Amino acid sequence: MAASTKGKMQPVCNTCRKYLFHFASEHFEFKLAELKAIASLTKSEFKINEEEYDEKNPFLVVELPSEDHVHKLLSRSVLLRSVYELWAEGQTTEELNNNIRQLPSQFISPYLQADQSFGIRVESFNKKIPQNIKTEKIKALPFDVLDFQGKVDLNNAMNTFHLFEYYGYECSKPPEYPFHLYFGRWIAGGQRDRIQDLHLQKRHFIGNTSMDAGLSLIMSNMARVTNNSLVLDPFVGTGSLLVAAAHHGGYVMGTELDFLLLHGQGKPSRYKQKKRASDESIRRNLEQYGTGSRYIDAIVGDSSKHDMWRPETYFDAIITDPPYGIREPAKKIGAASDEYIISEEVKDIHIPQKVQYQLSDIFRDLLNFAAKYLRLGGRLVFWFPVIRSDYLESNIPRHPSFQLIANCQQPLNSKVARRLITMEKIQHFQESSSDASVDQDHYEDKSFRQRYFHQGKEFPKNETKS
Amino acid sequence: MKLLTHNMLSSNFVKGVTKGFPLKIMASKIEEKEVDFNPEFISRMIAKLDWPALYTAAGDIKKAEGLPETITENYESNEDFLKIAHNLLLQVEIIEGDLICPETGRKFPITNGIPNMLLHEDEVTGDK
Repeated sequence: MAASTKGKMQPVCNTCRKYLFHFASEHFEFKLAELKAIASLTKSEFKINEEEYDEKNPFLVVELPSEDHVHKLLSRSVLLRSVYELWAEGQTTEELNNNIRQLPSQFISPYLQADQSFGIRVESFNKKIPQNIKTEKIKALPFDVLDFQGKVDLNNAMNTFHLFEYYGYECSKPPEYPFHLYFGRWIAGGQRDRIQDLHLQKRHFIGNTSMDAGLSLIMSNMARVTNNSLVLDPFVGTGSLLVAAAHHGGYVMGTELDFLLLHGQGKPSRYKQKKRASDESIRRNLEQYGTGSRYIDAIVGDSSKHDMWRPETYFDAIITDPPYGIREPAKKIGAASDEYIISEEVKDIHIPQKVQYQLSDIFRDLLNFAAKYLRLGGRLVFWFPVIRSDYLESNIPRHPSFQLIANCQQPLNSKVARRLITMEKIQHFQESSSDASVDQDHYEDKSFRQRYFHQGKEFPKNETKS
Repeated sequence: MKLLTHNMLSSNFVKGVTKGFPLKIMASKIEEKEVDFNPEFISRMIAKLDWPALYTAAGDIKKAEGLPETITENYESNEDFLKIAHNLLLQVEIIEGDLICPETGRKFPITNGIPNMLLHEDEVTGDK
């Protein structure tokens, strides 16, 4: 069904108030997961009608104890456009107007006073409506009840009211009449503007695989990074995830195998740029955004070597985008044969040989690492690339110390996607406890690169995996 | 490299090493960069630190003056102490030098403030 219409929601809690959440139309699978992570961080538990939840509908009615909680969610969410105090909803204009008429007068009277300037806007989703029709729709509101005494102010009103008409999904042909209507008072906007503030286009130091600002902020939300969190990215690259974590008040550090990249000497990624600037670095990126004081260190290191860290080191969050082997090699230090010895004379100038680091090993290693070095209750958030037609839930690695919190897919094209995995450490690390395991290896013994480029040849779609 | 980072690093991944902590510091260039003082974060980090290792490291780079050998009691409310710790943990930076494995003497160079903890492939202990 293209767009399910919603019946009247039963009140879930008696003292709660209803708010209308208006989400951005992107990253559908992440909307609720991000909201839940922020709610658990800011202790602002919300209630929704999970049964009728439709991830493609940008509107969601949410119950919360107070407007304070709305502001807490808005202070972090990247996927929320705005939140409104829901005054009424309905499937037809008549139903909406009847519901407005039933509002208790003590609820609306504060906004009707002569000293309260007001504005009313009409917004339609998935249908263009000309301004004159919008004006008609405003006129059709029940002004016998909405008896505003204040001045109309279209730009800076003290109270702005919105009439929303929902005509289904963006890709479906809109019907003549909307599926659903909402009327509410605008409270505040979310953090969409931060995506522009931290945009990669204007960032000093970037690479081929720098994560865009929006997804980085979502990851930092999923990881519940907050003021004074100690955050590590074990595959740090140009530090794009650390930019988001530092924006949320985290103190950040990272390790990276690529010496030249960390020293800003590698090949530049920007079109037409011949040479990297002398001051390209992760620290410089944070300074650009005013979070230089949150930078701890970037270390050239091989994250498969867990003993690089003192055992009592506990991070509050580990966020990372491991190398998939598509635009960057998935490697670690090692020799092709065991008999390999480097003579003393060349030791200082020798660049270590790297061996292929299998994707499934990367993820098992990452879980084992996080089990040891994350504090209890801390979160591990990472991307897991998949061939969509082959993906099974049992491909996600498990560890006795971790509980899976969220698994959200971001499609990259018709064949390939990546999944953002969020795990929470629920059990102390014990040397005797079992290691990370995977029930069914998504990558088997082939590199993701091979699978990515040869899917359909080497791996016919109907091939069944044992 | 900051001393906060030094306090977390070990050379335990080198063949034959059993603890690898703390790494000795030989510094040829040290700088102090201003970092906003945040007593709450410094208190959090002090609780996680290996203080004796910090004390030794401060001695290695001749910054131990005025630093108590043991953690001051009720340090959360002792601003003087927190400011000393703040300077040492976050503001002092080793720009050039070496980290040295206490057991094997293996050197890990620090260049332009970035430590290089990579081993050569013949030193790798296998999958740890």
